[in-house]
Amino acid sequence: MTLTAEAPTLLEQESCAGDTAALRSAIEAKFREVAVDQEKALAPLTDNLVLLESGLDSLCFAIIVATLEDDLGYDPFTEAEDVFFPVTFGDFVRFYERGN
Amino acid sequence: MCFSRSPSATSCGFMSAGTEAVSLREVLRASPRLGERRLWGASASVALEDIAAGTALGGALPSLAGRAVLLRVGDPLSAALALIELDGVARRIVLCPPDLAEEALPGVIETAGVDAVVFDQAPPQAAASMLGARIALPVQALAETPPALHDTDWVMFTSGTSGPPKMVAHSLRGLTGAIKPAAATDPAPIWGTFYDIRRYGGLQILLRALVGGGSLVTTSPHEPMADFLGRVATLGVTHLTGTPSHWRRVLMTLETAPIAPRYVRLSGEIADQAVLDALAVRFPNTPIGHAYASTEAGVGFEVTDGLEGFPAAYVGRSGEVELRIVGGSLQIRSGRTSAGYVNPGLADLHDDEGFVDTGDMVELRGARYHFVGRRGGIINVGGLKVHPEEIEAVINSHPAVRMSLVRGRRNPFTGAIAIAEVVLNQPTPAPEATLKAEIMDICRRELAPFKVPASLKFAPALAMTAGGKLERAIV
Repeated sequence: MTLTAEAPTLLEQESCAGDTAALRSAIEAKFREVAVDQEKALAPLTDNLVLLESGLDSLCFAIIVATLEDDLGYDPFTEAEDVFFPVTFGDFVRFYERGN
Repeated sequence: MCFSRSPSATSCGFMSAGTEAVSLREVLRASPRLGERRLWGASASVALEDIAAGTALGGALPSLAGRAVLLRVGDPLSAALALIELDGVARRIVLCPPDLAEEALPGVIETAGVDAVVFDQAPPQAAASMLGARIALPVQALAETPPALHDTDWVMFTSGTSGPPKMVAHSLRGLTGAIKPAAATDPAPIWGTFYDIRRYGGLQILLRALVGGGSLVTTSPHEPMADFLGRVATLGVTHLTGTPSHWRRVLMTLETAPIAPRYVRLSGEIADQAVLDALAVRFPNTPIGHAYASTEAGVGFEVTDGLEGFPAAYVGRSGEVELRIVGGSLQIRSGRTSAGYVNPGLADLHDDEGFVDTGDMVELRGARYHFVGRRGGIINVGGLKVHPEEIEAVINSHPAVRMSLVRGRRNPFTGAIAIAEVVLNQPTPAPEATLKAEIMDICRRELAPFKVPASLKFAPALAMTAGGKLERAIV
């Protein structure tokens, strides 16, 4: 039947999209948390936000990556074979999505 | 103006008998293409020809002859001018890095025997009663350029961050030992550096520009990276240098103007393969070198083959710089190492054979040595050294903590960051989440932000070495 054949696919897609949304929201929450802890004014988190203009410094990014590793169980920057430095917030999120 | 040799200088004997002191100003005056070269700061620039024959000290230079001068200047360009003016005139220059805390100054003044201060804003409180001179642009012509009277002591601060600041003494000869004279046929290089010129890495680049026939573009502590890179592009910087952490920030910067260095140099931290590869992609066909240098051991060597670590063949060969590995730690002997600590009571930097132990641990893999970290697990957070024991002591001050271990975890933004594992007393007096929040609160209150552990986890036990010490492997 069409429905049963399609159902898992839809569920899969939803679950995948849900994971991606959850991941993004976890990363956004982490940026906000670290900004508060480090007393930095955080710019609105859009995909085009250049990280160095986000209000956070290198130490903040180091803390974000270290604590996300605790929460998510992986650090895509250290594990990556290829060489990648994120320029925008969108790059940063995509790198975690790829590593997932 | 009269530049007389002061009584204190002759009695202290800072010039060794029989050697002619040559000042930085004299070396600069003799360097090639002087008329074409400049020093740029974030908001002003100075022609090297002008400072070679001038002063920004408003007539105070003669009074600083023979003095031990604290250089407490905010603007790096002014600091560079002061160095050109004071070398050979002052007996000693104490180069305060911009982040040196005001409360450290009384100890620094006493330890280094400071009896004069050069400043650009207000004189520091701790030096209010001593001879002071303000440095300010513009540069004015000197009627008489001062002769070199002293082999001036250049006192620099080591990057260690625990306890009172440690200072080491260098001579201009040692500081410039690795600088090759410029060929008159080469175009004058325009150096740019992310370092502050009062740190060893930045000072090397200032001296390279001054002695080696180039210009220099400096940055100031609060200049945004994108602004500095904009100036680097506009001014056509050909030789650009910084730590791997500086370069990682460059790689994260959206280019508004393309920078096109002919030479890229890294030093001051371990340059890992990832940052070297990323730079090779960003700057194709550009030579990329990583140098080993430290405030204590001077310039050791440079690696230009694009690979992390250094060839094993460097060890044991004879030449200006000799390397050996003892107990896994890199040791260096050369004329470029510091003369020693200025602080009394600290052990000699050199052993009986003249080697300086760097404390940088290396491991032989094939035909190459790789840096694996600092002895004792000192963590290098973006160029700032963090002693794990200091953080552990703060964590351990919480009554529910039995013991803790702080280690470095690698990350692409600062090279490493501190993380903590904590063993609690049993039974625990409160839920783990509560205790974690309390411990982190203590850390944030007691420690500088770069020392606060980025991650804190509870563990049932910690690994020990056979000798009963905490095992401090790099994570």
